[in-house]
Amino acid sequence: MEIDPLIFRLSIFILSIFVGYYVVWSVTPSLHTPLMSVTNAISSVIIVGAIIAGLSGNSDAVFNTSSIFGFLAIALAAINIFGGFLVTQRMLAMYKKKKKEKK
Amino acid sequence: MITANLSAIFYLVSGVLFILALRGLSSPETSRKGNFFGILGMIIAVTVTFLSIGNFSSGFIYVLIFILVGGSIGAFIAYKIPMTAMPELVAGFHSLVGLAAVFVAISAFLNPEAFNLGNPGNIKLGSLIEMSIGAAVGAITFSGSVIAFLKLQGIMSGSPITFKGQHALNAIILISIFVIIYLLCSTQSSNLFWILLAVSFLIGFLLIIPIGGADMPVVISMLNSYSGWAAAGIGFTLENTALIITGALVGSSGAILSYIMCKGMNRSFFNVILGGFGATDDKTKNASKEQRPVKSGNADDAAFLMKNASSVIIVPGYGMAVAQAQHALREMVDTLKKNDIKVSYAIHPVAGRMPGHMNVLLAEANVPYDEVFELEEINNDFANADVAFVIGANDVTNPVAKTDPQSPIYGMPVLDVEKCKSVLFVKRSLSPGYAGIDNDLFYKENTLMLFADAKKMTEEITKNL
Repeated sequence: MEIDPLIFRLSIFILSIFVGYYVVWSVTPSLHTPLMSVTNAISSVIIVGAIIAGLSGNSDAVFNTSSIFGFLAIALAAINIFGGFLVTQRMLAMYKKKKKEKK
Repeated sequence: MITANLSAIFYLVSGVLFILALRGLSSPETSRKGNFFGILGMIIAVTVTFLSIGNFSSGFIYVLIFILVGGSIGAFIAYKIPMTAMPELVAGFHSLVGLAAVFVAISAFLNPEAFNLGNPGNIKLGSLIEMSIGAAVGAITFSGSVIAFLKLQGIMSGSPITFKGQHALNAIILISIFVIIYLLCSTQSSNLFWILLAVSFLIGFLLIIPIGGADMPVVISMLNSYSGWAAAGIGFTLENTALIITGALVGSSGAILSYIMCKGMNRSFFNVILGGFGATDDKTKNASKEQRPVKSGNADDAAFLMKNASSVIIVPGYGMAVAQAQHALREMVDTLKKNDIKVSYAIHPVAGRMPGHMNVLLAEANVPYDEVFELEEINNDFANADVAFVIGANDVTNPVAKTDPQSPIYGMPVLDVEKCKSVLFVKRSLSPGYAGIDNDLFYKENTLMLFADAKKMTEEITKNL
């Protein structure tokens, strides 16, 4: 009997939770705010679904009820992706070590 | 057009890159590279999606337009936002992830053929379950984050909103969500799908209103976690590995942060979720408010104390963020260092309105991160330090947490500020902190209260040094 592909996806999901658990515990507490903003950005990979939804119309009628929701989701996810990664970068650029030459 | 197998492999690659992005955050040195991995993963995921659809018709142009519009709004916000407003920003971004998940689920429900999920009215059972869970969690994330955002912005009062039968009502609504999902799956009725969304929006709203302003670090982390589970739910629907991996990562990340925050307050997760903390009845508060002598001083006294110290520990809190005093503080510390005084910073896990909030503010003010320490790292040093400079923090320094089993914050890990030879406490008044209790530290012999705005006081001290 063949295994339902759902089981494979479930396995990936469960294992990723464990990976996430160990990876996040190793994040230094001083970077918890950037952690939140970067997780925000990467969870917007949901844009993948939004793009499929947006392109679901045919070339004569690009917009239908379903695709409009897709387009809106694309815009929302894009705000998050650009906003999330850029604000993370901005924050991380501020973390500096003590300058050696100065006391 | 590329094959489904090839695109699945690329999605896996982008999932791995996202793991590396989080892994990079284990130290500030590797973090910038980590962020780059994250961006790379996102570019791969989006490109592969375009290639696998292979439909570069007029719709494609619109996709680019919407990405561009959203992207420029996001970039604009990212550059403009002041660091003190990070909690609001993150709450706002969470709401967008939630809403995007809802929209994708709606789109998939209306047009399942586009996603290979069956036909309208006859969607594959598994997909329908995954889709409804994704949509419900997304909706909860959205309305919950909106409330959190409003509370953080001060548009909505930060005090908990409670009413009779609140928990019972929430429980009924939560159970009804499961019932609706069950009915939806057996009838495929689109009306039920809309009802499910409406009820989920409602419960997100109801779940967050009873939680007080001081518990926002937990709420934000929790919503962070929810946004991850919502993404994972949609990932199962779309059979997309990148989304499933990311959803799991974000979900567990938010859960861990909530746990750390709860531990920092010595409260159980459920205690926070059920809310109402900080709303301790005012009667008892006023009754116990006896007049006790307090030593207060001015900038001159503070400067004198610090000038004669050999080591100073700074304890920043949310008040510092409100007064935007981080830059003034750093200038003061620079002056101290010129006088060969050793200065370090002590950060409590729940200082500020979100995990790591204080660290970002200090980094913004050019404080090197190796001078900033977490509670466990620095707590023993207070006994050897000459001066503790408490600026904008309150409850996290209250020794009552160690001495009085009756206190609501008993057992909460606190900074041992009182062990310092002298304590300087910058505060606007003697009013209690969010826990609604008096801070014993105010009345200690070695405490000098500096009643002023944090920024003004710090600037004045610098002048007097």
